[in-house]
Amino acid sequence: MTPQEQLTAALARIPYATFLGVRAELKGDELTLVLPYSEHLLGNPLLPALHGGVVGALMELTAITQLAIASKSAKFPKTIDVGFDYLRSGKPVDTFARAKVIKIGRRIANVQAEAWQGERGQPIAAMHGHFLVGDDDAANPKT
Amino acid sequence: MASETHYGEGGDVFERIQAMMKWTPQGRALGFEVTKLEGNHVWGRAPYKPELVGDPETGVIAGGVITTFLDQLCGMAAVLAMKEPSMVATIDIRIDYMRGATPGRDVLAEAHCYKIGRNVAFVRAVAFEDDAGNPIAHATATFMVNATRKFGANLTEKKS
Repeated sequence: MTPQEQLTAALARIPYATFLGVRAELKGDELTLVLPYSEHLLGNPLLPALHGGVVGALMELTAITQLAIASKSAKFPKTIDVGFDYLRSGKPVDTFARAKVIKIGRRIANVQAEAWQGERGQPIAAMHGHFLVGDDDAANPKT
Repeated sequence: MASETHYGEGGDVFERIQAMMKWTPQGRALGFEVTKLEGNHVWGRAPYKPELVGDPETGVIAGGVITTFLDQLCGMAAVLAMKEPSMVATIDIRIDYMRGATPGRDVLAEAHCYKIGRNVAFVRAVAFEDDAGNPIAHATATFMVNATRKFGANLTEKKS
């Protein structure tokens, strides 16, 4: 399998990614997640505007997937904390997201992500977060 | 139950807040419910659904679902705290995860708008299963409260 096929297969295994309708595009080690517009993703049907949670979920999913690629671990990273800044309302069109792994430590990784629609330079939202990577049992003995 | 709210005179506040929750297509798709109101506090439920699982190995619900739920419930708390109910827009939300949600169980949450000004509402929330003292996640969020004007402008633009 090519890395793109591996990624598509990995995403297909996540029910929530299927629920959102997310697909992945991999160029080299740079990942873009694409969220095709669908009516059930709206938070406000009057405007209409995408639900902020959906845009957040897209960025978090991008961060986790990019981190999985960067850490080359078979296990999905776990979210410790995420912060989302909403910059403009999401229009009823396709949305894209990319994540940048700022630092991977032995247990914790720091990641930033952005989501955009029309123009890459005008993001609709930004994310920063910390994720648990590596050996789960050693890092988090209670789970 | 909702006697402390400033949520206008007409109609049942609880019913109106519930209707508002169901009005959101994504909230409807995820099956969110408002279960209780008290002052500027809102309680809600996000039912467990197999199609919302984020980790196929454990069956734990996706973090994105919790994000959407807390964002929605925090927004409801902001609306509840307003003298004249109108639309709110999320400025930012930060979520700390204490643990993964238990597979197969509904997620409950309580959101509280503890300060509202003319422009910004400040909300905190906690997600849990039985006991808010054993949280899945904590959230703090801010909302733009005068979102209607901007929203109206957008609407006019779309119609023309």
